[in-house]
Amino acid sequence: MMPTPIQSKGKSTVTSDNRHPAAETSRRIVRPRKIRREDVVGWLFVLPALLMYVVFVIVPFLSTIRYSFFKWNGVSPAIWVGLKNYVNIFQVPNLIGTVINAFWLVVWFSVVPVGLGLVVASVIHRVATGRLGTIAQTVLFLPQVIPLVAAGIIWGWLLALPGLINQILKALGLGALTRAWLGDFGTALPAVGVVGIWVLLGFCIVLLLTGMTKVDPALYESARIDGAGWFREFAAITIPLLKYEIGVCLTVTVVAALAAFDIIWVTTAGGPGSSTSVPGVQIYILGFTQRAVGPASALAVMLMALVVLVIIPIQWLSRESAK
Amino acid sequence: MAHQKKNLVLVGVLAGISILFSACGPAATDVPPATQAPTKAAADTAVSNTAPTETSAPELPGCGTDPIVMKATFETGWDMPNQLAEEFTKQFPNVTWDITMEQFANLITTTPLLLASDNPPDLIRLPTMTSFAQDGLLKNLDDYAAAFGWNDWPVPQINQNRLDADWIRGSGTLYAMGLNYSMTGIFYNKTLAAQIGMTEPPKTVAELEDLFAKAKAAGLQPIMEWGSAKSGMGLAFPLQNLMAAYGPVEPINEWIFQKVGATIDTPTNLIAAQHLQDWIEKGYFPADINAIEYTDAADRFGKGEGVFTFNGDWQNGGYDAAMPGNVGFFLMPPAVEGAGYAAMSAPLTYGIAATAKHADCAAFFFTWAATNDIARQINVDGMGSNPGGPADAKMPTVKAGSVTIDTLAAGPKLSGAMDFIANATSSIFAQGWTPELQKMVGGKQDAAGLLKAVQEEYLRELAQ
Repeated sequence: MMPTPIQSKGKSTVTSDNRHPAAETSRRIVRPRKIRREDVVGWLFVLPALLMYVVFVIVPFLSTIRYSFFKWNGVSPAIWVGLKNYVNIFQVPNLIGTVINAFWLVVWFSVVPVGLGLVVASVIHRVATGRLGTIAQTVLFLPQVIPLVAAGIIWGWLLALPGLINQILKALGLGALTRAWLGDFGTALPAVGVVGIWVLLGFCIVLLLTGMTKVDPALYESARIDGAGWFREFAAITIPLLKYEIGVCLTVTVVAALAAFDIIWVTTAGGPGSSTSVPGVQIYILGFTQRAVGPASALAVMLMALVVLVIIPIQWLSRESAK
Repeated sequence: MAHQKKNLVLVGVLAGISILFSACGPAATDVPPATQAPTKAAADTAVSNTAPTETSAPELPGCGTDPIVMKATFETGWDMPNQLAEEFTKQFPNVTWDITMEQFANLITTTPLLLASDNPPDLIRLPTMTSFAQDGLLKNLDDYAAAFGWNDWPVPQINQNRLDADWIRGSGTLYAMGLNYSMTGIFYNKTLAAQIGMTEPPKTVAELEDLFAKAKAAGLQPIMEWGSAKSGMGLAFPLQNLMAAYGPVEPINEWIFQKVGATIDTPTNLIAAQHLQDWIEKGYFPADINAIEYTDAADRFGKGEGVFTFNGDWQNGGYDAAMPGNVGFFLMPPAVEGAGYAAMSAPLTYGIAATAKHADCAAFFFTWAATNDIARQINVDGMGSNPGGPADAKMPTVKAGSVTIDTLAAGPKLSGAMDFIANATSSIFAQGWTPELQKMVGGKQDAAGLLKAVQEEYLRELAQ
């Protein structure tokens, strides 16, 4: 971060509580108007990423907001329609249903991976710190590096009626349970949820495990000397000291659930019916199939607002715990 | 730290939206004005565009003799256009190709951007036509049609690619051509059909339904079909065949061509939808149809699962390869014997960008593909569909035992041809037919509700 120049006019500044006046004074004396070499170097390091961020995030973001006030098919001249797109967006078939589906996905994409991630990371941290732990981490993280399209095809085969999962169920004498998991109205959303868990669990485990390695081992040792078991350690030490990491995991996975598109698109494309359709799929269909860029942008802006509304309490709780 | 977390949230949210919209094309203010309706003036302009070398003797547009690179966008999964391009270069060595392959689903999203770009394709597979023509992105082909005599070819071939002054398909200005003309109907596994006592194709819907019942009773899968939203719902095929069996095709085409006041919710279409619902409830389709993709259905039928399947002749090659000599084809029978046959028959539509550099050569390619014997043979061998062209053009030879013999023989029996109900608007398939038919499979929609819901979605999209 750039230091904030303070106009001290050559006088030393004293902190209000007078605890470390000398230190504060030396820290706050700024040589005005002189650009420090480190600052320039720092900005040069940041510049490529900043440029990419502006070009690929900020500009499209502002464009999306702008498009949302126009009737435009991506080619012909755009016509200003004001807030009409925001009003008409509620005519999109089953829009509320897609939002409800997105919130159901929060359970599968966020609650389960974070909860299960805590348990698995804790177990790896306690009992498999050596090579076994590394192998377990690698295996669990692997879904993050497999292209999602390939994962979608593989999961499609696994969950199909003649697929491996149903074959295993039959072998176990549970033939009555077999079904086309992604094609059944009752199981399609949970089946997509399982794919989401598979994708996101590894990310959560690695992040939480990294957090656990920062916890002073003496805390665990003293707990064990006091006779604490795994669960006691988990509840009294691990969870309270990992609130920041848990906050990050929740943030990333909740965004993945509410703004979901890719996992849905490669597994069910929103079907059967609209049982797995989410706002992200509707934005894609509106924008790229119907070429209704205005309504698609309006829905995207509304989705962003919804995501921010949900994320704010998580951030607030995280910040509170960090204090 | 808190700032970092906040940024993380914003990055995630913004990235999600920006990924979806980073490909949205030029800013609204940069785009060219919309073209006018196809008027005589527009046609006159096209003349000057398409005949750059005015000589005293009329000269057909062509590829010239200077080396040129044709820029083309073809559809992934079908090699036939690439083979045609290769043969074209053999016959006209000054022409080479820069071909890009795109999935059909991607073509829907990328075609307007490609057509509007500074270096647009000379030849491109069109997933839909009307909106691109409306935006002035497609070349007006009327002068080429006159020059090459396309207007004398059988009318149904050409008319599906014409648009009138109100942008209604079926007549008016020509904006695209078909590389071939596909036809849909019912394929059957000859061994399994013999097993249930089928000695000749059914003459009525009732006879067909009787065969389905026999297949079911014999423990066979009566019909193999696909229904995953990833492929789009295959039950639209039997449904449309039933519509044409119980009612006239004209209202269906009018609906597809977006004629004012057209509706799909008609009494005869209701009868058709009720039959489909009956077939679903009797278990004639696979129990897992809502999860079956197009390629899986073709594969499973090829492996002997399913006595019948509703599909188009583009799949001929695939069926022949999976079950050599064991696949037959017949047209959907009418409700009443002798009432005539109707089928979905659509061109494999290709267009020329309005600002294409080698439009003359692309137009010449259309003529060549439909009239050159080697090109016609490549066409039939590659996809099995009718290569079109003049009515008296020689039909290529077909390998003995191929189902293509059946599909080509079925063509002349047709008394009514329709485009596909999934093509009525750009997303009626994704937003209307597919989810509503999937609901019907899941017992959550009935015949009347299906037609009502699709009609409402159709009107919503047209109003957008």
